[in-house]
Amino acid sequence: MANIMYWEAIQRAHDEEMARDPLEIMSVNFAWLAMDQMFNSAAKVRYMSGGQLTAPCVFRSAGGAAHQLGAQHSARMEKVFMGIAGLRVVTPSNPKQAYGLLKSAIRCDDPVFINEHELMYNMKGEVPDSEYFHPLEGSEVARAGTDVTLFGYNISVHWCLKAAEILDKQYGISAEVVDLYSLSPLDRAGIKASVSKTHRAVIAEEDEAPVGVGSEVIAIINEECFFELDAAPVRVHSALVPQPYNHTLEKAAIPDHEDVVKAVLKLFGKA
Amino acid sequence: MKIEDKKRVLREMVLHRRFEERCYQAYIERKIGGFLHLYPGQEACCNGVMEAARPGHDYVITGYRDHVHAIKCGADPKEVMAELYGKETGSSKGRGGSMHIFDAGKRFMGGYALVGGPFPLAAGIAKAIQMKGGDEIAICFLGDAANNQGVFHETMNMAALWKLPVLFVCENNLYGIGTSIERSTAVVHQHKRVAAYNIPADECDGQDIEIVYEHARRAVDHVRSGNGPFFLELMTYRYRGHSMSDSRGYRSREEEELWKQRDPIFILRDRLIKEGALTMAEFETIEKETDAYIENEVIKFSEESPEPRVEDLEKYVLAERDTQLPWLTGKAA
Ligand SMILES: Cc1ncc(C[n+]2csc(CCOP(=O)(O)OP(=O)(O)O)c2C)c(N)n1
Ligand SMILES: [Mg+2]
Repeated sequence: MANIMYWEAIQRAHDEEMARDPLEIMSVNFAWLAMDQMFNSAAKVRYMSGGQLTAPCVFRSAGGAAHQLGAQHSARMEKVFMGIAGLRVVTPSNPKQAYGLLKSAIRCDDPVFINEHELMYNMKGEVPDSEYFHPLEGSEVARAGTDVTLFGYNISVHWCLKAAEILDKQYGISAEVVDLYSLSPLDRAGIKASVSKTHRAVIAEEDEAPVGVGSEVIAIINEECFFELDAAPVRVHSALVPQPYNHTLEKAAIPDHEDVVKAVLKLFGKA
Repeated sequence: MKIEDKKRVLREMVLHRRFEERCYQAYIERKIGGFLHLYPGQEACCNGVMEAARPGHDYVITGYRDHVHAIKCGADPKEVMAELYGKETGSSKGRGGSMHIFDAGKRFMGGYALVGGPFPLAAGIAKAIQMKGGDEIAICFLGDAANNQGVFHETMNMAALWKLPVLFVCENNLYGIGTSIERSTAVVHQHKRVAAYNIPADECDGQDIEIVYEHARRAVDHVRSGNGPFFLELMTYRYRGHSMSDSRGYRSREEEELWKQRDPIFILRDRLIKEGALTMAEFETIEKETDAYIENEVIKFSEESPEPRVEDLEKYVLAERDTQLPWLTGKAA
């Protein structure tokens, strides 16, 4: 194991996988300009050609609010990408995933969009010394628990982990944290398994609602395990506003671990 | 240019320079956040063109390097700085930040963060002018790398086809972030690119304001007279990095020095001194007065202004609901 930064893990995967060159879009805000190529061409060419052509390409791009970058440089776009047939979407929450998901995405014959977060590049974590391919599908239990499931992805996994710590220490609530590193497809079995165990769910995302991972996970819970629920699932998400420049407004617009804690307490009737 | 105008513009250019340098300092002090793109080195471009146009009457639009363009159109420097401070008194009420200065009253139609984004907006403004039959023109200031966006070509085609009253000003500072123009663009001389759309174009030195002014005057006349679009390329240089996180490793200090010898403010200052219209002592007074104005008024106003209220987080996302009820609810007001 090596303790390296998120961006270093990405660099290592790039270096190892020279044959297929992933395409980096500096910021998801700029990805709008390449939508036609990504959505209409890459995502659909296999289907339109009856399987004759493939587009085994990888798009990496960072999104998210990264300290006062304003309305045109802070967007999250995972909700847009995860609604497109023919495109896979993964979103690494730590250096190991950043490395392993990129490696698998490059080898996979489908177009894959890798959704990164501007604030996570300097985050450190363990990455295996030997070559490692992280599965593109599925989810991971980042912390086991029994009373409530906190679903997160990318940066919100860290809010959930921090919230779980607080819930455990201060309120005696045992929270399970599920890392939804694959946003398309979402891991129906993983979502069902955890909710069937804890009977309560909170979904945390930096993206704004309505429309997003939160609404999609709740739909899956309804479809897969509605009768396991002890309480209505809750979403934690950004306000539906273009990202404000002003620091105070920006903080007010996006959630953090405290909002996750509050949502859980509400679920337990403690707030 | 008339001596009096030159003296006035010199004072303005000193303000533009010192304003930007003060922004730099405020950013270091963490009073300003986010991305900050500064204009020193390029002052003769905006000033030369706008002297030939009608600030406050003609519509101006640009990218993220937008403070000086806003001020030149008539935006209050206090409100521009307050915007950078994220204050409620800022030109965009603290919501926009450095890259999104707007002053619709002064017909400064904004700074936009996506490279090339303003091209079609400028054409749209020009289309509106044309439909209304006014004598205004639209002026779109963008960089050299912006011309590599697909929308550049779409805009040039429609602007030429519809003979829109729009002047495209390309401030060619030879770099797009850290990529030199030779590495990013097949043609260095950007004005050649619009020939494919039969748009007349011109190129000149962007450091000497009188040269910019002369070329801009012809360009503005062309557009205002109803002849359709014009493309003016100004060869210039930005002294600072692209934004604040740029240590300029992609270019040499010698190259920077060479350009600084053709500083737009010093060129104009020295000419006025030679013409007997200014003394060095007078120039130094202008600098001192400018700094005092920035400190005592611009910065003071920005420091003392209130922040936006958190309750107003969702204000300005959509029109005030009360004013829209008949259309939102289907019921008469
Ligand atoms: C669509 C889009 N792609 C990429 C970027 C990142 N970016 C910001 S400025 C810039 C370079 C622009 O250079 P130029 O047009 O020459 O203007 P200058 O900054 O030199 O004034 C790039 C690539 C962006 N803001 N928008
Ligand atoms: Mg440039």
